[in-house]
Amino acid sequence: MNNTYIPGNPYTPIENVYLPKGYKLISLNKLTEIEWLFRVEYDQEVTFGQFIEISIPRVGEAPLSVTQFNKEEGWIEFLIRKVGKVTDCLFDLKAGDLMFLRGPYGNGFPAEEEYRGKHLIIVAGGSGLAPVRSMINHFYNDEANDTKVDLLLGFKDYDSIIFKDEIKQWKEKFNTLITVDNSCSLDGVCEGLVTKYIPDLELADDIADMEVVIVGPPVMMKYSAMEFLSRGVPKEKIWVSFERKMSCGVGKCGHCKIDETYICLEGPVFRYDEAEKLVD
Amino acid sequence: MKISLDKTSFDEGLGLLKENYRIFAPKVFAGEGRFSDTDLVKYSEIDSIEEICFDKKSEFSPKEVMLPITQTMFYFTEKEFKVPDIDDKGIIVFLRSCDLHSVKRVDEIYLRNKYQDMYYKRIRDKVKFVVMGCPTSFENCFCVSMGTNKTDDYHMGLNLNNDSVELYIKEDEFKGVFSGEEDEFDVKFVEENKVKVNVPENISLAEVKDLELWREYDKRCVACGKCNFVCPTCTCSTTQDIFYSENENTGERRRVWASCHVDGFTDMAGGHSFRQKHGDRMRFKAMHKISDFKRRFGYHMCTGCGRCDDVCPEYISFSNCVNKLSKELEGNDE
Repeated sequence: MNNTYIPGNPYTPIENVYLPKGYKLISLNKLTEIEWLFRVEYDQEVTFGQFIEISIPRVGEAPLSVTQFNKEEGWIEFLIRKVGKVTDCLFDLKAGDLMFLRGPYGNGFPAEEEYRGKHLIIVAGGSGLAPVRSMINHFYNDEANDTKVDLLLGFKDYDSIIFKDEIKQWKEKFNTLITVDNSCSLDGVCEGLVTKYIPDLELADDIADMEVVIVGPPVMMKYSAMEFLSRGVPKEKIWVSFERKMSCGVGKCGHCKIDETYICLEGPVFRYDEAEKLVD
Repeated sequence: MKISLDKTSFDEGLGLLKENYRIFAPKVFAGEGRFSDTDLVKYSEIDSIEEICFDKKSEFSPKEVMLPITQTMFYFTEKEFKVPDIDDKGIIVFLRSCDLHSVKRVDEIYLRNKYQDMYYKRIRDKVKFVVMGCPTSFENCFCVSMGTNKTDDYHMGLNLNNDSVELYIKEDEFKGVFSGEEDEFDVKFVEENKVKVNVPENISLAEVKDLELWREYDKRCVACGKCNFVCPTCTCSTTQDIFYSENENTGERRRVWASCHVDGFTDMAGGHSFRQKHGDRMRFKAMHKISDFKRRFGYHMCTGCGRCDDVCPEYISFSNCVNKLSKELEGNDE
C-alpha cells in the first residue's frame, strides 16, 4: 500500500476548500417585495451561471447563483430572497459588512464556446432570470454583435418582475417577450405562462444555428423544453440549469447527487440530452 | 515476514507501536447495545489484543476513524477562522477485508471526485491497516458476492488461534517491532457466505425507477437512516454551525454524517424537496450502492458487509432487495 506517512512528520498540506473568505458588501438594493440585490467586492474569476457558497458563521451556508460579475471593477452580485435560514440573516447585513464566500463552483453556461454567433433563445422563469442575467448582459454589451438573442421572461405578476431597468434596455436590442401568470393589461406584458408563447417564437432557419437556454422552476423547465422539442429543436440544442441542495459544492456531501451525477461538479448547467436522464 | 507469537509478545509489540501510533480496533462495550442486556461493538482505541473483538461483527464500521461522525471544520471568531489541529501520531486500524475495500470507496469520494478533502486527507495519510483474518462469515454478510472477501493490500495481516497470533508483517517499519517464530500460513478469508447476492449489471434508471418493488419500502422503511450510518461506504455529510452561548460571534462549523433516508436530505430553501416517498429513498440508496457509483468509478460501492441488514429496525434486507431487483430485471428480459 502506497503510504508515505512517517510518524511525527506532518502531512503535506493541501488547500482547505471549505474555508470561506470575507468580502465587503458594497450595497443592497430592493428589487421586489421579497428580492434584494446584493453587490459584493470580489476578485476571483467567475463565469455565467456559476454558484457560490455564502456563509453566515453560526447559521450555515447556502449555494447562490452569481447574477452579475465585473472582474475589472471587482464585484459580483447576488439576487437574494428571504427564504431560508442563511438568506434571512443576510438581511441583517449593512453595506461595509463582510460576507463570507467560497467558490465559485459549477460549470456555468458555455456562452463563448457554444452560443456565440448563433440564434440564442433564453427562457427564464421568475428568479431563474438571476443565473442567466450576466450572460444576457454579456451579449448585450458585446461589440462583435454577432449573436442574435431572443428573450422570453416569465413572472408571477407585474410586481415580481426583477431587473426592470435592464429588461427595458435589453428590449432595445433583443426580441423580448415578458409574460405574467395572472391577467395584466400593461403594455408590452403578455398574459400566461411562458410555455404558451413558445409555439409562436421565431426559430432560426437552420436549427443547427440555434441554441435554447431554459432556467426556472423544474416544472417550467420541463414543459418549456417539451415545447421546443415538439417544434423540432433537438435535445442537444437545449440547455437547462438545475437547482439542488448543494451543501458542500465540491462533490463530497452527496445532497445534490442524482444517479451518478453530482450537480455541483458536472452542473448546474446541463444539455437536455443529459438533463432528461437526471431524474429523482 | 510471517511469524507466530503469543498474545503477551503481541501486546509488547503493540506497546512499542503506541509510542508513535494510536491504535483502533473493534471493541465490545458491554451493555451498551440497542436492546437491554446486549453489547455494542464499535471502533475504539485499544491497548491490547484482549480488547479487540474478533468473534462479532462491529456494528459501526472503521470509517468513523477517518471520517468522524462529528468533526469540527473550523472555529470562527468574527472575521477569523481557525482549523483545529490534529496530533502528530500515526493511526493503525484493525479491520476485516470487506472494510478495507470500503476504505477505497471512501477515498474515491474524499480524495478524488474533483476536489480533495483536507480533513479526510490529513487523517487518511497517516493510517496503516491491519487486516483481521476472517475465517467464517457472519450473519447477513455477502462479501463473496461483492468480491471483497479477500485483500492483499494491507500493512499487517493476522489470524488469532486461541492463545497464539499468526502475524504477517508486510510493512518494513513494523518488522522490528514484533518478535516471534517464523511460520508459514495464510491470512484467513471467507470463502463462502450464506447470503448470496446477484447484482444486476448495467441497470438503467428508467427501467428501475417505477418498479412496484420500491413501494414495499414506502411503508416498511421508517426513514431512520441507521443503514446509512453503519454503512462503511456511505459518505454523505452536512454542516452544522453552533455558537457558544456566552458570545454568539464565536463558535464552530461542524461536519456531521447525513443520511439520504432521513427527512430533509434534499430540502432546498423555499421548500422544494425530492424523493418524498421512503421507497424512492431506498431506490436512490440501492442504485448508488450497486449502479451509480460503478458508472462513475468503475466498481460497486457496496462491499457486502451486511451491517444495514443487521441494524434495520424494520428488518429490511438490502441483499434481499438487490436480489428481488435482479429477479425483476431478469423477468423483463425474458
